[in-house]
Amino acid sequence: MIRPLMLSAALLLAAAPAFAADARRDAILADYAKADSGHTGFSASRGESLFRTQWKGGDERTPSCTACHTDNPRQNGRNAKTGRPIDPVAVSVNSKRFTDVDLVEKQFTRDCKSVLGRECTPREKGDYITFMMGQ
Amino acid sequence: MRKFILAAGLALIALPAWAGDDWMPPVTDPLVKKECGSCHMAFQPGFLPARSWNKMMDGLADHFGEDASLPADKAAAIRAYLVNNAGDVAGQGRARKAMGRLSSADTPIRITDTPDFQRKHRLPDWRWKDPKVVTKSNCPACHVEAERGLYEDD
Repeated sequence: MIRPLMLSAALLLAAAPAFAADARRDAILADYAKADSGHTGFSASRGESLFRTQWKGGDERTPSCTACHTDNPRQNGRNAKTGRPIDPVAVSVNSKRFTDVDLVEKQFTRDCKSVLGRECTPREKGDYITFMMGQ
Repeated sequence: MRKFILAAGLALIALPAWAGDDWMPPVTDPLVKKECGSCHMAFQPGFLPARSWNKMMDGLADHFGEDASLPADKAAAIRAYLVNNAGDVAGQGRARKAMGRLSSADTPIRITDTPDFQRKHRLPDWRWKDPKVVTKSNCPACHVEAERGLYEDD
């Protein structure tokens, strides 16, 4: 009797990170959706390809997002220029990600310039966040 | 009793001086910790003179190749903290030594360019090439308590 209850409690706990919904993150996504002309929804797979592509468009030390965030966004990363540890980007292990609009904008501005050599579009930002929400 | 409390209070105030000449007052301001410490360690302002911090804060748009621009109000608050706690203003612990070795004609914006840093870091190449180091400005790679202003562990 008790065992199924405990099991379901454990399952709930295990699943909790996947439900790390946050109204602030939703609002950030909604803003990017509004700024995305001809918006038809964000795509986790486009976000993943943004994350993994070797852009080599900016700083040679950061040819891709993975240069700092590693191939696995659920892991800790490390700033390739300074050696500073970086918390995981995946929302499932770091629920604070993409909840502070100023921080999100500042980081996209810096990192897109550093990796792609240009600013990211609102669609790219939304795709990236959508990918990380599923990670 | 009152005398005892006074003495205890004085002892606490004096504590940092006991930590040795290599002690550097750590960054205490939350905004400075957050903004200066997100991409690299928030370096203690005592390592550079006020003129250096002013020069650095004037050039955030090209911060060693990075666009580290900040909103004007945040930048002004950070500048004030760095200048008020600069090595030639605060002059505590390591800062006094660091400033003593710096020519008043120089305005370095890299701590690693200062005579004090270079004098203390005459190390064989293989130590700099250790993968955990990445760059000379990565103090905590070797000085595990660098953020607390403790560098005597070398």
